[in-house]
Amino acid sequence: MKAGRVKAGPVKAGRMALAGNLAVLAAGLAALFGLPAFAETYLIINSTIFAAFAILALSLALIWGYAGILCFGQAAFFGLGGYTYAVAAINMGETTLPALMAVLLPALFAGLLGYFMFWGRISDVYLGVITLTVSLIFYRFVNQTAGEQWNIGDAPLGGFNGIPSTPILNWPGRAGDQLAPEDIFALSVGLLLAVYFGCKLLLATRFGRILVAIRENETRAELLGYDVRLYKLAIFMLGGAMAGLSGLLFANSVFVSPTMFSLPVSGQIIIWIIIGGLGTLIGPVIGCILMQVLTNWLGTVSQIKGFGWVDPNLVLGVLLVIFVLLVPRGLTGLAAGVWSWLKGLANRAPAERSATREQTDP
Amino acid sequence: MDYLVILLLQIGSAVASLVLMSIGLAVIFGMMRVINLAHGEFLMLGGYAAITAFNHGVNLWLAMVVVAPLAVGLFGAVVERLVIRHLYGRLIDTMLATWGLSLAMIGFVTVVFGNTVSGISAPLGSLSIGAYRTGAYEIFLIGVAVLLLVAGWLVLRFTRYGLIARGTMQNPAMAAALGTNPSAVYAVTFAVGSALSGLAGGLLAPLSGVVPTIGAAYIAKAFITVISGGAAILSGTAIAATLLGAINTLATFAFTSVLGEVALLVAAVVLLRLLPQGITGRFFRRAL
Repeated sequence: MKAGRVKAGPVKAGRMALAGNLAVLAAGLAALFGLPAFAETYLIINSTIFAAFAILALSLALIWGYAGILCFGQAAFFGLGGYTYAVAAINMGETTLPALMAVLLPALFAGLLGYFMFWGRISDVYLGVITLTVSLIFYRFVNQTAGEQWNIGDAPLGGFNGIPSTPILNWPGRAGDQLAPEDIFALSVGLLLAVYFGCKLLLATRFGRILVAIRENETRAELLGYDVRLYKLAIFMLGGAMAGLSGLLFANSVFVSPTMFSLPVSGQIIIWIIIGGLGTLIGPVIGCILMQVLTNWLGTVSQIKGFGWVDPNLVLGVLLVIFVLLVPRGLTGLAAGVWSWLKGLANRAPAERSATREQTDP
Repeated sequence: MDYLVILLLQIGSAVASLVLMSIGLAVIFGMMRVINLAHGEFLMLGGYAAITAFNHGVNLWLAMVVVAPLAVGLFGAVVERLVIRHLYGRLIDTMLATWGLSLAMIGFVTVVFGNTVSGISAPLGSLSIGAYRTGAYEIFLIGVAVLLLVAGWLVLRFTRYGLIARGTMQNPAMAAALGTNPSAVYAVTFAVGSALSGLAGGLLAPLSGVVPTIGAAYIAKAFITVISGGAAILSGTAIAATLLGAINTLATFAFTSVLGEVALLVAAVVLLRLLPQGITGRFFRRAL
């Protein structure tokens, strides 16, 4: 009897995880095929932005939640991806190669920065400061690139205004044959699903387990013979690539501008993760979509007369403080807590009954 | 010759504003190992307090030197009670919570004062050196920065509060065993750090004006100065501010003001790579 129960644990957990994965897949496919059927273009474009941001959320969820690297400047890779794509696409015309570059260049830059930080043994706050500073450097620099002297080939960087004429992706090999907003939407949601399950698979491998080990205790992982620096560098580069991909999709649904590099963008990602739940993948995605819907809604509410005090910053800030103080595990942690509490309630009654019977039996 | 003098004055002024910007953060981080990401907004609040008081007829100097630090100091005491107190020893969580606080403050101030620039003109007029002119107020700020550093050193070195503060900083458990109350020391420290930020915000308001989002311009520089300075609160801040301020001004003179800022940031990144514990983590270790 007892042995059976012990065995049931992991099997049950595995089944739960499978059910969770299937639910995510179903939700993703429903959005992918369901939404374009009835939604207007405005909603489609908005949802594309959500999907792009969700990939951005995943990029930090992976490196912060699983490898313990708190990067305050994830926006640097996001903006770099967008700008790389815009500049390369304007110069080349055909957009397949620029799209690849938008993923590769941020990854390479993350590699450079990561080499600098991880081989310097910089950690914690200091890492936060350096990443924050780097994204600020980009922001300040790109902000002042108005004027002819800052053209890269045919592409004007445009300073504060960004590049409003960011080209839209075309079908591979057919320059000028642009994707419709519905296609960009499908591409974004498809990529979001691919990235999400890619992360899941990665974390299930030996590499993923070593990452978690490093997060839990860096010294111990190092003493066990793993080159911590190399693992951190690899995951940091992957995070950079994902953020670049997100920037590419964002550039295709809005356009690139220096705000992509700004502090509020980096901060937003952190809020999504804290609200959704650090150390999970689905939490940050949920947090991202919830927060985006909330910010959009607050934006419209604060326009209404008498509701001018509803400032998105005010609400987001108070929410963040409340979550850090009272719900440190985020919404997913909260949900798991409520679930096990309910299960405890349901189990208690029969358990008490059997306990009393055992007492009376002999 | 005149050019050299003006260059030195510019460097001094840049260093002084870095010192003013970061001294409140340095006190809080150095003593409590708490990173206050709302620090920029504390400065912003100081600016608004000074300008509001001035617009209501308070003498400008009184508004900057008394009203601003008092208002922000009180605000800091409340924040310490409500938020910071619950997060001691959890560095990352404090950063996140204070970052939420900073957003909330930006939102609140936007709602109250509107998203517009307000300002007061700098007092004291200007000063001519040869063919160049410079604001006398900037020179006054250099004096204030030096005064603050010296006063801070005297307090830490020679007063009873300074002794308790240093003891708590080095070993809170031992200080508690000897009869002090670390939680009270932390509360006072946070309020003092906030008041210093308020003072700096008030004093810098005539130079930069105030907008609800001005904190972002302060926080990065303050953050960088304090972290590059390292463990010693006063000398670390002073040395880092001197180094970074000089680099900033020289690059501004040689290129443009934006490249000056970029040079400052790049210098800080390189500095942290070479000295991950900050300047006073390697040199002048026993300084205050």
